[in-house]
Amino acid sequence: MAWAKRILRVNLTEGTCKAEPLNMDWAMDYLGQRGLATKYFVEEVDPKVDPLSPENKLIMTTGPLTGTGASTAARYSVVTKGPLTNCIACSNSGGYFGAELKNAGWDMIIFEGKADKPVYLVIDDDEAELHDASEIWGTSVWHTDDWIKEKHQEPQFQIAAIGVPGENGVLFSAVVNNKHRAAGRSGVGTVMGSKNLKAVAVRGTKGITVNDPEAFEKAVNDAKAVIAGNAVTHEALPTYGTQVLTNIINELGALPTRNAQDVQFEKANDISGEAMHEPRRTDGKPNLVRNAGCFGCTIACGRISQIDPTHFSVKDKPQYHHASGGVEYENAWALGADTGVGDLEALTYCNYRCNEHALDPITTGATIAAAMELYKIGALTDEDTGGIKMEFGSAEALVAAVDAICDGTDFGKLLGLGSKRLCEKFGHPDLSMSVKGQEFPAYDPRGIQGMGLTYATSNRGACHLRSYTVASEVLGIPEKTDPLVTDGKAGLVKVFQDLTAFVDSSGLCIFTTFAWSAEDIAPQIDAACEGDWSVENLMKVGERIWNLERKFNLDAGMTAEDDTLPKRILKEAAKTGPAKGLVNGLDKMLPEYYELRGWTPQGVPTEETLSRLGLA
Amino acid sequence: MDKALVIDVGKCTGCRQCELACSYEHTGTFNPARSRIAVFDFHEKGRFVPYTCTQCDQAWCQQVCPVGAITNEDGVKVVDAATCVGCKVCTIACPFGTVNYEPATGKVIKCDLCGGEPACAAACPTEAIVFTDVSVQGFEKMRAWAEKTDTAPQANA
Repeated sequence: MAWAKRILRVNLTEGTCKAEPLNMDWAMDYLGQRGLATKYFVEEVDPKVDPLSPENKLIMTTGPLTGTGASTAARYSVVTKGPLTNCIACSNSGGYFGAELKNAGWDMIIFEGKADKPVYLVIDDDEAELHDASEIWGTSVWHTDDWIKEKHQEPQFQIAAIGVPGENGVLFSAVVNNKHRAAGRSGVGTVMGSKNLKAVAVRGTKGITVNDPEAFEKAVNDAKAVIAGNAVTHEALPTYGTQVLTNIINELGALPTRNAQDVQFEKANDISGEAMHEPRRTDGKPNLVRNAGCFGCTIACGRISQIDPTHFSVKDKPQYHHASGGVEYENAWALGADTGVGDLEALTYCNYRCNEHALDPITTGATIAAAMELYKIGALTDEDTGGIKMEFGSAEALVAAVDAICDGTDFGKLLGLGSKRLCEKFGHPDLSMSVKGQEFPAYDPRGIQGMGLTYATSNRGACHLRSYTVASEVLGIPEKTDPLVTDGKAGLVKVFQDLTAFVDSSGLCIFTTFAWSAEDIAPQIDAACEGDWSVENLMKVGERIWNLERKFNLDAGMTAEDDTLPKRILKEAAKTGPAKGLVNGLDKMLPEYYELRGWTPQGVPTEETLSRLGLA
Repeated sequence: MDKALVIDVGKCTGCRQCELACSYEHTGTFNPARSRIAVFDFHEKGRFVPYTCTQCDQAWCQQVCPVGAITNEDGVKVVDAATCVGCKVCTIACPFGTVNYEPATGKVIKCDLCGGEPACAAACPTEAIVFTDVSVQGFEKMRAWAEKTDTAPQANA
């Protein structure tokens, strides 16, 4: 069936791997992946746990559709309590790892405790075993991937791993699979490192079946036709990737620039999706080699790039001259516009390094941007930076700073705190563009008002992937709303949050929702899985997941005061573009949002809400 | 046989819908490990290459099979699972590696063109795999190269 109905529990302290049946009652309420793993997590872990202690757990989880023939059924998530945010963390990745894990016959892996020395987990269908990682501890994701395949003589392993920053406590380490696909945010890789767990390698050959094959085939084929007939999923994303947005969002005056001091970047076009297609002056080749799809994906938005070998960042480093994952919109923004750097090759190099060492490129770029502003006002000195001239717009400074994080220099360790702790340490907490400790991504809430509420209320700290109202406010999906007004945004955010929560629990990619409505998705889940998976029920599952995450965060110590935005976004008006003169109107949206959610004015779910969702 | 699978590597995104469709057609499960077509990811070259049997006219696999399990059905080399004894000699004989032993069944498996409607080609979202007239397999390639032919007078001619 779509679920493998089996989980693997790995106790790192004891060194044991045990199979358990999946709790199907919970699966009926939480579907899979994000929702179901969060249910397991909150049942098993004290919300007040120190994220980097052995008492925290880390769950790698697939959805029921992961590995099936549905388009984009590649996804897996990493669920834990995040060290950057002290909130629930759930980061989602594509590539081939998730489908392989499902094909090995596992819905999820729960890691608990801490190994007394570095280990990696090998799963070969039913067999799971921990191995000594001492030879790969201290090395990169890329090296680890090659080494494990060589060591076990198994080129068909799919591998997820952390780099050196994750071992060393850099608070925004990701878990990277297939060398360039990341469960990127909230420091899930840091938790993995704190458990002395270097990597997970999987080979799966068992196969996946669905509940109603005939209905599934029809639903999947209908849905694929919708993707193939949609301009965003069939043309824009394969051609330009998410990078199609750079010029659009910049025109709209919503591209945070130089640590969100500005909302438009004068060099946006130089780092755009269009620029990635342009032949370079140096070698006549474009930065982009080709597009790529994750497992089962009929969109294929992925970027495969190759850096100009004469560029200063890689001139004497042939190890970076090959093709690998290129910049996506978020990475190009964080490493580029937010630091004022308009050098596409430098951004590509930094992106390679983020993949090589499993760093969240959004927090990496945004923290460097905050450091540049601290440097500009003199709060951060050459002594602190190890002599790096941290000036906005300096590609050399950007490259040196990313190298510093990967190499673990003193300055790298400072940056490794993330912008919130860095800015607090140097006396200017307001210069961190973060919510609940996590940096916000590439949409300025002054130019796209709904994203302000999205960031403020996201359960994993500032994030665009919890309610992507950009779809409505900019792209007109499912219908166009005005990005400059706050009216109606509370309801929009709630619907997007609930929809996204169930999509993230299915094994499908959220990018399908550029083309698919819930009505396209529900029949695929309903055909694959036992139970009732109508649109109505799925939206309720989404709402249940959202409230479960919220409840965990409140129990962890978060309050309504944390549902806010950086002072700059609330007080300093946009200087240029369509949003000129505007700040974000969070105060107009938040009370209405709480009310729509069935929460008290203090942002706490009422008893009635909890009991309606079966959470009381 | 008048049609063949034609693969345009440049169009492959590495999504493996072909492997999913092939395994589903033949085993009723989504299981790339049991697919008769495989996509190879040459990540550092930025290239994905789908690879499967080309149905040789004089097929090594068919000729070496000691029990006559591989037959020629209108040009398609088909393994009769009931006859196959799992000796794997055909996997050694095939120069391209496209006949493989399947531990789950104890038989060899290879592409059989799904009886004339290959599931892989139907599932491919980018037309990297198409099922087309065998006599014009190279037509698009010829045309692409023909277009590059420079007929301008050479400076030193």
